[in-house]
Amino acid sequence: MIRNGDANAAGTHPRQLVLRRQTFFRHGGVIALMVLLAFNVAVTPNFLQLQTLFVNISQVSTIAIVAIGMTLVIATAGIDLSVGAVMALSGALAPLIFGSAFGQAYPVAGLILAFALPLLAAAGCGLFNGIIIGGLGLQPIIATLILFISGRGIAQVLTNGNLQTFSNPAFSYLGTGKILGLPFQGWLALLIAGVVYWFVNRTLFGRCILAIGGNERAAMLAGVRIRLVKVGVYVICATLSGIAGLIVVAINSASDAARNGNLMELDAIAAAVVGGALLQGGRAPIIGAVLGAVIIQLVKYTLLANGVEDEVALIAKAAIIVLAVYVQQARKE
Amino acid sequence: MTALLEMEGINKAFSGVNALVEAHLNVGKGEVHALIGQNGAGKTTLIKILTGVYRRDGGSIVYDGAPSRISSPNDAQRAGIATIYQELNLIPLRSVTENVTMGFEPVRWGSFINWREAHRKTREVLGRFGIEIDVKTPLNSHSTAIQQLVAIARAVSMKSRLVIMDEPTSSLDDREVDILFNVIAGLRDDGVSVLYVSHYLDELFRICDRVSVMRDGHTVNCRSIDGTTKVELIADMLGRDVEEVESAGMTDFSQTGTRSSEHLMEVEGVATANRLRQFNVDVRCGEIVGLGGLLGSGRTEAARALFGVDPLVKGKIRMKGREVSWSSPRHAIAAGVGYLTEDRKSEGIIPDLSLRENLSLAVMSRFSQRGRIRADAERQLVGRFITALDIKASTMDQPIRELSGGNQQKVLLARWLALEPELLILDEPTRGVDVGAKLEIQRIIRNYMNKGIGVILISSEFEELVEGADRIFTLQEGRTTGVLRNPGVTEDALISAIAHFSNREKVQ
Repeated sequence: MIRNGDANAAGTHPRQLVLRRQTFFRHGGVIALMVLLAFNVAVTPNFLQLQTLFVNISQVSTIAIVAIGMTLVIATAGIDLSVGAVMALSGALAPLIFGSAFGQAYPVAGLILAFALPLLAAAGCGLFNGIIIGGLGLQPIIATLILFISGRGIAQVLTNGNLQTFSNPAFSYLGTGKILGLPFQGWLALLIAGVVYWFVNRTLFGRCILAIGGNERAAMLAGVRIRLVKVGVYVICATLSGIAGLIVVAINSASDAARNGNLMELDAIAAAVVGGALLQGGRAPIIGAVLGAVIIQLVKYTLLANGVEDEVALIAKAAIIVLAVYVQQARKE
Repeated sequence: MTALLEMEGINKAFSGVNALVEAHLNVGKGEVHALIGQNGAGKTTLIKILTGVYRRDGGSIVYDGAPSRISSPNDAQRAGIATIYQELNLIPLRSVTENVTMGFEPVRWGSFINWREAHRKTREVLGRFGIEIDVKTPLNSHSTAIQQLVAIARAVSMKSRLVIMDEPTSSLDDREVDILFNVIAGLRDDGVSVLYVSHYLDELFRICDRVSVMRDGHTVNCRSIDGTTKVELIADMLGRDVEEVESAGMTDFSQTGTRSSEHLMEVEGVATANRLRQFNVDVRCGEIVGLGGLLGSGRTEAARALFGVDPLVKGKIRMKGREVSWSSPRHAIAAGVGYLTEDRKSEGIIPDLSLRENLSLAVMSRFSQRGRIRADAERQLVGRFITALDIKASTMDQPIRELSGGNQQKVLLARWLALEPELLILDEPTRGVDVGAKLEIQRIIRNYMNKGIGVILISSEFEELVEGADRIFTLQEGRTTGVLRNPGVTEDALISAIAHFSNREKVQ
């Protein structure tokens, strides 16, 4: 008690200074977003058009949805490299189902199955990851590398490596529908963010995620079911990736197993990290992940809209990740 | 015997706290010299000063007849001092040969490693230990014991003049210890000196020539092992008189076979793969049972066995008369057992979570409905414990890492009290907290005893055991050796109980 009192009394002046520094680092994401927006308003032509908003929302949604799942995985001190491959797999399955003879004969059942089966397959991929990591104790980066490599392969085998185009307005609503004038998938991403946020902060499972990432040994000694929670986290992440995969297919009215979700693992990890997730685990900033996804998307858009080459845009993305990691390091001290 | 190493009047302080005060150490050529002392006595600091890891504040070191100029571990190695630390510093994924010969690889044609020669040399060195393994396999494909022996083999193969071993036997089984001792005897015959740090006193009598005892940064004694008894060594380590240690009386474990129906937990002949060999204890409702013993006696290992962390290889645990077998802490918790761990940082707190989340961790399921945490119930419970245990924090949402050690410990204690446990295992509950918090924690434990729970108290502070426990079981080398009953137990009686059996074993 005495010690606490002393620290307060003696630390008044430096503390204010520290606070200001902390505010900068804590709200670094928001500040970065403001800067990006201001820059675009000033420089990018037609930035304040409704069309620009739609384009960005429809593209950011998939990143955000996957980044939310990734944030949960990272919160347990894990990583999931297979998200892009899982997107390709679920995206490849959907047109196969509603395009099949059964799907043509029973359009409604076909449509329902076209949503349900790809997501089940995605969840199965998550189960596979989770069991290898939680049960067998393999390093997450290696374990998820298996599906990272083979998942897209399976998707391409399913589609014979062809681009599959289709016309199915009901299914395409997922990518082109609008509610209150805004893209449906934007609302979906917000809904998912809200549910997962509640999940992390209000449920036993969420608390266990944070405990495991914070100190796995201590969590085990307090009776937390480590394996079960780890499996659960990878299943959630893969299922969310599956949803994102379906959205991409719905936007394009075409499934391209070679490109769907390509490099998504990097965008998702970057968004999670920019959003404040610590790679050593113990923190699950869901709102941050959405914010991170918006920043990543805006940077892409800014460079694209101003005629910067795609290759250079990649370099810029890398720079953002470096910056985010630097801010994290500073925040830890 | 001519001296190989003479360290005189060594002083060392870390940020104002004295770690070594006028410490001295004298190791003869071809001598096996033991260095013992409680945790924090300064053994490791002294070794690290010798090997150039730390710089000494004062004192002189004469090595091989000349003032030592060792100022880095590299210098030490070049001067023929090989150190084998407790935590192995080998490369797990490289082959055994590479690990043994690293830095001293046989070379041909200028700069190419002669692998055939390297493998042959490695096989030869390991052969002296009676180890026959494929030296081309990666090190981590072998057991910890083998790895430990490989580390020692490496030191031996470097033609060292002084080999320092810091608790080399802690991961070896009896057969491997024998092998190691043979090698040490061989080293001695070759004129190599060995400085041997160990908590297992019995070992010293088998292989050492002399033993230096350290306490609180001082070298308190240096004895020839012939004519020394274990009681004398323990008395030196603890800073007591031998008479004081020997004169106190005690009860023998074999005389206390009374069984009663109100037993909360009975443990019979429990052994684990983790140095617990024959552990017996019984706890009644409303009783504090102490576990006493020196470091390495198996106190913490016993707690881990009871809490389902280490699987039993032998023996039985009965809870309220019913035999139980817990395969994980979760089962033990469900049965009403709590375990306050010894290492608060690595096994207790979850630093980034708040005080509230840390406190409620083991009981979350109690106030959740279908997986949803009832926040108000949680806050109420946490608030109640903050008041009851007088935990100092700005709010219950403050990250626990910001609290002082004593307050962190109270939160962890509350984590288990909130469980309303039937049995609470407390491993060093007052270590690393200041005196005020210590007294408070002891008071809290006593208060909860009135609610009829049983407590197993592990402490390396004899005073805490003697004052706190109703009965104290003494442990040695993973075995229960005796039991003392309060009232009437004195610290001296406890020390004697620990020493008594040590001594008797020596006589056998």
